[in-house]
Amino acid sequence: MPSLKSFRVRIASVKSTRKITKAMQMVAAAKLRRAQAAAEAARPYAQRMELVLSNLGASMKDNPGAPKLLAGTGRDDVHLVIVATGDRGLAGGFNSNIVKLARQHIGKLVAAGKQVKILAVGRKGRDQLRRDYARLIVDTIELGGVKQVGFGLAQSIASRVLDMYEAGEFDVATLFYSHFKSVISQVPTEQRLIPAEVAASAAAPKVDLGGAIYAYEPDESEILADLLPRNVAVQVFRALLENAASFFGAQMSAMDNATRNAGEVIDKLTIQYNRSRQAMITKELIEIISGAEAL
Amino acid sequence: MAEKLHFDLVSPEKLLYSATADMVVVPGSEGDFGVLAGHAPLISIVRTGVIDVKGSEDGADLKIFVRGGLAEVTPAGLTVLADEAMPFEDLKAADLDARIKDLEEDVADATDERARRKAGEALDQLRQVRALLN
Repeated sequence: MPSLKSFRVRIASVKSTRKITKAMQMVAAAKLRRAQAAAEAARPYAQRMELVLSNLGASMKDNPGAPKLLAGTGRDDVHLVIVATGDRGLAGGFNSNIVKLARQHIGKLVAAGKQVKILAVGRKGRDQLRRDYARLIVDTIELGGVKQVGFGLAQSIASRVLDMYEAGEFDVATLFYSHFKSVISQVPTEQRLIPAEVAASAAAPKVDLGGAIYAYEPDESEILADLLPRNVAVQVFRALLENAASFFGAQMSAMDNATRNAGEVIDKLTIQYNRSRQAMITKELIEIISGAEAL
Repeated sequence: MAEKLHFDLVSPEKLLYSATADMVVVPGSEGDFGVLAGHAPLISIVRTGVIDVKGSEDGADLKIFVRGGLAEVTPAGLTVLADEAMPFEDLKAADLDARIKDLEEDVADATDERARRKAGEALDQLRQVRALLN
């Protein structure tokens, strides 16, 4: 039977753990709100971009002069896998889920005899991927202590990827991130980044031009050439924002679970503590009574 | 007064500005163009420069510095997608000079013709903005 003191110490320690997880939950909730607002604020730009791109891309796709970013290199040998995760843990399955999906993808590619290069964005993803695919990781971009994901960060990641593409270091780029569906549900998602995935123009929402058609300045191909690299940055930016929101959502529910769990442990320990205290009192009473009877 | 034009300025991070105006002059890659209400549909690349909003809601003219982007005119109005934008008054000469210097170095360091041309174009555009500032 553990001593009463050891019970008291354990209860106190679980209580302080609960305080920490509770605080983390509340911080995550506040940050989640901010991340969600940022993701929403970024939507108009991405939507417009997609609209223009789908209008232009559909007509250009089969054109022999189409930019490489749209048409691809014509090969399918070297794949770049960009895995965007968080820099921190304590968020339930957030990082592992993204890595799991990426790992399946990589496994399939390797089995098919393709060459795979990994660009890890976020420390946690790199740490997990390093166990199996240390040789394949070409670079890691750490998010560092950035509080709010800025477009500048997305741009630097995108320019890195574009440089590699220009240098012919890969043929297809796929981005892995976590899609923020709701606070309790984050879906790991894969998205092809290069060559650009252009929605079929029939499916894309059309702007009502009142019967007129767009004039292009300078011309379609040049606008497309200007737009496609920018689109990569926008896609990366969107993924980072989704990731940030997902991370805090996952952390919030993980910490909520932890807080509840700590409460249960405390209840259980308190009952055990009271029982053993009662047992001790009873034992002492019996000793006193039997001592008195013996006289 | 004639019909007003609806004008949105959007950066990747957020909707920066949304208002109606009499006319908006946009620095297009092929030259500045003014957009009034009822302009024909147009998509144009925007170079680094200054957007001139004339006759905005409060009557005042407004100048906005933008760096790169895309302008789209639809019957609903004008939308500018800018990589970066800030009110012209907030623009600091020292910041611009620093950027011009960066770009000058880029031009000098450029290894191939394409990169040099690209940096050179950006440099010219920034210099034009700098000249406006004086």
